[in-house]
Amino acid sequence: MIELENRFDVATEFQAMAERVLNAAKAKGATAAELEIDKGTGLSVEVRMGQVDKLQYHRDQGINLTVYFGHRKGFASTADFSPQALEDTLEAACRIARYTSEDDFNGLAEPEQMASAFPKLDLYHPWELDAPLAIETALQAEAVAREHDKRITNSEGAGVDSYAGLSLYANSHHFMGISHATRHSLSCAVVAQDGDSMQRDYWYSVSRVPGHLESADTVGAEAAQRAVRRLHARSLSTREAPVLFVPQLARGLIGNLAGAISGGSQYRKASFLLDSIGQQVFPDFVQLREDPLIPQALASRSYDAEGVATQQRDIVKDGIIQGYFLGSYSARKLGMTSTGNASGTSNLLLADTGVTFIDLLQQMGTGLMVTELIGSGVNGITGDYSRGAVGYWVENGMIVHPVEEVTIAGNLKDMFKGIVAIGDDVDERGSIRTGSILIDKMTIAGQ
Amino acid sequence: MKPAIDLAREAFFASNGLDEAQLAQVFGQLLTKDTTLADLYFQSARYESWGLEEGIIKSGSYSIEQGVGVRSVCGEQTGFAYSGEISFPALLESAKAARAISSAGQSGTVNTWRVATPSRALYAQDDPLASLSESDKIAFLREIDSIARATSPYVQQVMASIVAAHEIILIIDETGRMTADIRPLVRANVSVIVERKGQTESASSGGGGRFNLDFFTNGNKAQEYAEDAVRKALINLDAEAAPAGSMTVVLGNGWPGVLLHEAIGHGLEGDFNRKGTSAFAGRIGEQVAAKGITVVDDGTLDQRRGSLSVDDEGTQTQCTTLIEDGILKGYLYDRQNAALMGTQSTGNGRRQSYSNLPMPRMTNTYMRPGEYDPAEIIASVEKGIYAVNFSGGQVDITSGKFVFSASEAYQIENGKLGKPLKNATLIGNGPDVLTRVSMVGNDLQLDTGVGVCGKDGQSVPVGVGQPTLRIDGITVGGTAAA
Repeated sequence: MIELENRFDVATEFQAMAERVLNAAKAKGATAAELEIDKGTGLSVEVRMGQVDKLQYHRDQGINLTVYFGHRKGFASTADFSPQALEDTLEAACRIARYTSEDDFNGLAEPEQMASAFPKLDLYHPWELDAPLAIETALQAEAVAREHDKRITNSEGAGVDSYAGLSLYANSHHFMGISHATRHSLSCAVVAQDGDSMQRDYWYSVSRVPGHLESADTVGAEAAQRAVRRLHARSLSTREAPVLFVPQLARGLIGNLAGAISGGSQYRKASFLLDSIGQQVFPDFVQLREDPLIPQALASRSYDAEGVATQQRDIVKDGIIQGYFLGSYSARKLGMTSTGNASGTSNLLLADTGVTFIDLLQQMGTGLMVTELIGSGVNGITGDYSRGAVGYWVENGMIVHPVEEVTIAGNLKDMFKGIVAIGDDVDERGSIRTGSILIDKMTIAGQ
Repeated sequence: MKPAIDLAREAFFASNGLDEAQLAQVFGQLLTKDTTLADLYFQSARYESWGLEEGIIKSGSYSIEQGVGVRSVCGEQTGFAYSGEISFPALLESAKAARAISSAGQSGTVNTWRVATPSRALYAQDDPLASLSESDKIAFLREIDSIARATSPYVQQVMASIVAAHEIILIIDETGRMTADIRPLVRANVSVIVERKGQTESASSGGGGRFNLDFFTNGNKAQEYAEDAVRKALINLDAEAAPAGSMTVVLGNGWPGVLLHEAIGHGLEGDFNRKGTSAFAGRIGEQVAAKGITVVDDGTLDQRRGSLSVDDEGTQTQCTTLIEDGILKGYLYDRQNAALMGTQSTGNGRRQSYSNLPMPRMTNTYMRPGEYDPAEIIASVEKGIYAVNFSGGQVDITSGKFVFSASEAYQIENGKLGKPLKNATLIGNGPDVLTRVSMVGNDLQLDTGVGVCGKDGQSVPVGVGQPTLRIDGITVGGTAAA
């Protein structure tokens, strides 16, 4: 079973360690300090062509320590928990702080913002999993995929991963938080071939609760179907057309939004959505909420990396930006208050517009349904967007043929404004939950 | 200077109370009669970085990583465990876990140890963290900031960083071979944001390699990087939307070699070809590029970012010819894939750290120069684009489709460079793209030492390079009509 041995003892030991380090920092003259201690254990198995490919045991630990001397800051980290190593790490952090600049915005988050309620988020569900069971599960997924269609000629394998971790955060406001969490996944990637055409595709399931994973049969069959349907893809001639992002990719568009309204890109003035609070960035039917407190969700947390209580809140309401994602540093820079996002965003939920995926295809009529994007062509400063795409050409609401070797390009500002509808086919596998997103038009470049 | 092996023994054995009799017991636990290869990978690494932003030294960090990875391979199957603690009990436990892939019982051990020393040293053993004082590191960043701001009044933000790493590696394999390597790696980077009349653009520049930090201060690099970043950002202020569609593209020399890395290099890694999942699988001996094109992966260049005296399996690196005069010659191998394919490792077994498994990875990948003057290549193009800098790329090795994004590009019309273009993403097909190269320049250049290659979640430093190239017909993904 992948579970932290004696996790409550470990938590107690870490609490004592954190107190010792915070006291030692004070003794060295630090005016404030904060640290994070992580420990995790995991098993990952990969099988390929019906036999074990890799069996890996993971055991990780680390401490990240930040010290403040007034408004000067130093950071050091170590994976060695011996008293000597902790002493050396503290010494290193103090040395660094002697050379960094005085920065008025530096420091711990405000004491009154420290989380005081710790709702049960139910994130710890160890899996009764040993190597033989992990292997058997992965083999089953791959076998189903390979038997699914005779055009599945090869495999990149199937895998099962299980990880259990404990994380402690403490600072010299006397805040200390501990969280226990598990994460399990099952994945499969196969290759389909027909004549000269060879395509790979994959599917995966991920959850904090082992019993909530999709079955090996479902994951294998989905991987096979996806690889086969990509065969004989062709390019398109260059044109403008509507583009439908499936949920796995629609998530990326919301990620681009999150980057643009994060405190860091706002105070650096490095955002295509600068000073956008109160601005209409989306059509008025678009609603986006942040909910850090969903039990068992992948990005749930009751406090952030600075101990600040997280909040359930509207990010976009009726198409208008309601707030940024702020940690204490960027909040002070902007003259605002931390929103509990020092660890990044929590669960982001985009509301659908009451349409199914089939409705979306019909609504698009003729255009490109995108299923995979490659390349890094997103410019967060200008919003310029140009990426390689794989997907399906759609005519009159019906899929006509697979497409590859095209790019889709536009500007995120126009793309956000151009959202026509959001499907109810929500993908719950990540920290951003959204259905498919239909955009009125983009430039498609091909041969 | 002490031999690397002595420094490694001190770092891993002496300081943790380990001796060779204990190592013999660890291998006794690890080896079974099915074992085809096995190794222990000890790593001790120290990293330091400094960052400047808004004119002040905003961040500094120091970290120590240390641990040992234990691997057991039986044919195609690999067992792996690692520990952040280097001790006899931790090694024994990891060995037992790693051996679990084999159903056979323990057998054999290693009792004789043999030190393998690479025939040449590609970089010095000095600790780059200590090669410059803290004040000098900070002064370098401040110099970048003031030069960048003095270069143009439109500069709004300057972000500069300097990073140094020092790693000690010791690899012991199932034959008792012990190989040590001491690896310095430094890098400096500058990013600027410029604003003019409400329009904002950014660009970055930098360099690095396996040498000391005084490379940056002795060579006037602050000025070079700062001015280069500002120049590129200002060009983007004037840039127009790139055209969309298939057209002739001239790639500049140096960093645009990322094309070779994505379009060719990944597809020639031994693991994908053994498994038959690469678009290049089974094509050795075939014409995959135009005549006159030769591409190599060379881990032996002095002090280069992608260079290694030995790879992470203790194999001495080499210069491997991938494509010679247009013909596909070979793949890149680590030990496991080489053994399964009946050949020898090419010294391309690399891993991010002790907690990751090695895989076939590139080192420095580049195309040898041809005969054309770069000016002649540009002059030959009636209508097309000239792309000289890229922000990155990605490939689907199975379909062979690759993408990379230009961060500095210009229109070419009637053989002359025209206005700058932005938002140009190039997309093509790996097995096809080099057959469309019609002119190879005589100006081979390697990149400045900034490449990071990702595969299976593991990042390793790499180098790329190429001469100026003309490619006839590649899809450009812009927004303007062609």
